[in-house]
Amino acid sequence: MTTGTRAIDLKPEDRLTAAYLVVALVALFGGVVLGLFQALEHAGVDLYPRLLPVIKSYYHGLSLHGVLNVLVFTTFFIAGFLQFITARALNTPLWSRSLAWATFWVMTGGLVLAAIPLLGNAATVLFTFYPPMKAHWAFYVGLTLVVVATWLVTLNLVFTYRAWRARNPEVRTPLPAWMALVTFVMWTIASLGLAAEMLFMLIPWSLGLIAGTDALLARVLFWYTGHPIVYFWLLPAYVSWYTLVPRQAGGKLFSDPLARVSFVLFLVLSTPVGFHHQFTDPGIGEGWKLLHAFLTFAVFFPSLLTFFSIIASLENGARAHGGKGWIAWFGKLPWGDPSLAAQVLAMVLFAFGGIGGLINASFTMNLVVHNTAWIVGHFHLTVGTAVTLTFMGITYWLVPLLRGRQLWSRRLALAQAWSWFVGMAIFSNAQHRLGLMGMPRRTMIGAAPYVQPEWQSALALVGIGGTILFVSAMLYFANMVLTVVASREAAAVEVPFAQALSGPEHAPAILDRWRPWLVLAVVLIAIAYGPTMITMIRLVTTTPLTTPGFRVW
Amino acid sequence: MRRGTTIYLYELFWILPSIAIPVGMLVALVVFAFGAGVHLPGDHGRVEPTAVLTTPPFDQPGTVQVGPGQYEVRMVSGIWVFAPNEIRVPAGSTVTFVATSRDVLHGLFIPRTNVNVMLIPGQIARVTTRFDHPGEHPFFCHEYCGIAHHTMWGKVIVEPRL
Repeated sequence: MTTGTRAIDLKPEDRLTAAYLVVALVALFGGVVLGLFQALEHAGVDLYPRLLPVIKSYYHGLSLHGVLNVLVFTTFFIAGFLQFITARALNTPLWSRSLAWATFWVMTGGLVLAAIPLLGNAATVLFTFYPPMKAHWAFYVGLTLVVVATWLVTLNLVFTYRAWRARNPEVRTPLPAWMALVTFVMWTIASLGLAAEMLFMLIPWSLGLIAGTDALLARVLFWYTGHPIVYFWLLPAYVSWYTLVPRQAGGKLFSDPLARVSFVLFLVLSTPVGFHHQFTDPGIGEGWKLLHAFLTFAVFFPSLLTFFSIIASLENGARAHGGKGWIAWFGKLPWGDPSLAAQVLAMVLFAFGGIGGLINASFTMNLVVHNTAWIVGHFHLTVGTAVTLTFMGITYWLVPLLRGRQLWSRRLALAQAWSWFVGMAIFSNAQHRLGLMGMPRRTMIGAAPYVQPEWQSALALVGIGGTILFVSAMLYFANMVLTVVASREAAAVEVPFAQALSGPEHAPAILDRWRPWLVLAVVLIAIAYGPTMITMIRLVTTTPLTTPGFRVW
Repeated sequence: MRRGTTIYLYELFWILPSIAIPVGMLVALVVFAFGAGVHLPGDHGRVEPTAVLTTPPFDQPGTVQVGPGQYEVRMVSGIWVFAPNEIRVPAGSTVTFVATSRDVLHGLFIPRTNVNVMLIPGQIARVTTRFDHPGEHPFFCHEYCGIAHHTMWGKVIVEPRL
């Protein structure tokens, strides 16, 4: 991106990214295999007895599915991808390569530590950390190390940026690197809730150092992080959509300044919205819940800006390929490129995920859907498709780049992207409808005594959609493995950084400053969480915490 | 963001409805929520989580008539049962659920009503709904609560008025 600089050897950064991708994809593999068993269980085919003695129960499998897919796969992929993007966009090595590798090993060590009890059925608590259900201490310590490692990534990115800034005092930060930094800074602020829950409650409690916890305070801290974590997953996909996809579509990013406006708003607004996951919790005042609903709708604004920018950029590319009309240009996108096809299909399903998200956030309307299968349908469109299918699309150019070999099969990759799209459309639609019919989530439905006759046809579709998704994932892994081990044709892949129609020089200078936005973010968090948090902390520090832990699986 | 350019006009053309749409939806949901009198669970006090079974009203779980056509269900949830798990009220009753948990998190969800509330150890949940027509309403625990979570359920049986 920076012009006129000499070529800098970024091979070490490439190796680091490759290491992160290996762990991420192994986790995704484990997660989707277990996903198949859940989908089949819902459709009346319970294969869990066949998994004994490795997987002890539906809930053991569900815990692994959730943790591996949304915590491990995402975090490792994002750390690898955004460090890569930063180094390439700034054309500079990371500030400290040894810190970068140490970070990788802290994250991987944490993962191994958490994986031992998780695999051993000593942490069958799903991906939520809700005391008084108590997992093995190693699960909490391991995941905390993963979070600490993400802070070290932030540190390295901040110093990389500062080193670059010292050499380039007048230039606007290149958009991809700036977005990567915003993502990690946002996450660092957002992860403090989870860190506090772990460090002050779950870890000392699971080690027997304190007698009890407070269930509600733990949930508040959990969801302080639990909503912005979805932006931590989503923003790296947006990095690709804003800064790479327009080029892949054969055009330019519509507006660099508008992209910056939306990311600044994500930095400011991502965190003070967590109560919309707790609308049905007793013990939190209705007024505070309404405030969080308002702020959630405010985050909808940068999402709409993103929607507009991305579509306008795609249209720009499609018209360059001879696309015409209001809608018909969409067919002129380079659909033969699996990386682009996967990401555009991810966007299409994400539109429905976004609309569903607004319904979830709609205060009393949440009463209809909270903790029902609707939510499962929702987040399989968002993290399960917008994020996952986009990350898959990214690897269709990134893995060939890192390996120096062509993608093993472009057609297989296209079949994978489309089958994910179709499988998810079926799966997610069925889950949404089941939710509206009152089916609870996180439940071994095939064994429930209360299954309603009207659920049956949709449950079968959950099984069919889940099976298609599984096949799609296997196509993906086959292609990745064969690209690495069997592809013979050399490839010189470049990072497809896009130019902008309206460039960074048109962006107001304040968008490249950090302090005002960070202050605003902290102030909003203090307003949205301060009073409730202070009351709760005062309460739990004045009354003894006596709730013991339960192992209920 | 450069004034006077085509791109600036396009940006503006999109930014304005992007503000108007969420604002309009917010107004609609606030009007609806307060106009229809639908409430979310709020702050209804605490109960010592280790002493639920000896603390009124949870020491005597059950359904109590508190006025003409008005019932209160005092409910304790625990692995993996609701007490009570069968609730009988006449059609046209207003029923308030006062509930908590004596161990891990649970949830109380009656589909097609506005009863959807977390049962959190230490917190008293309080929600009110109306049952107008005779029939059966199953209710489920909708928060993962352990290995037999899927067996935790009950029924509200709405009986015809005599």
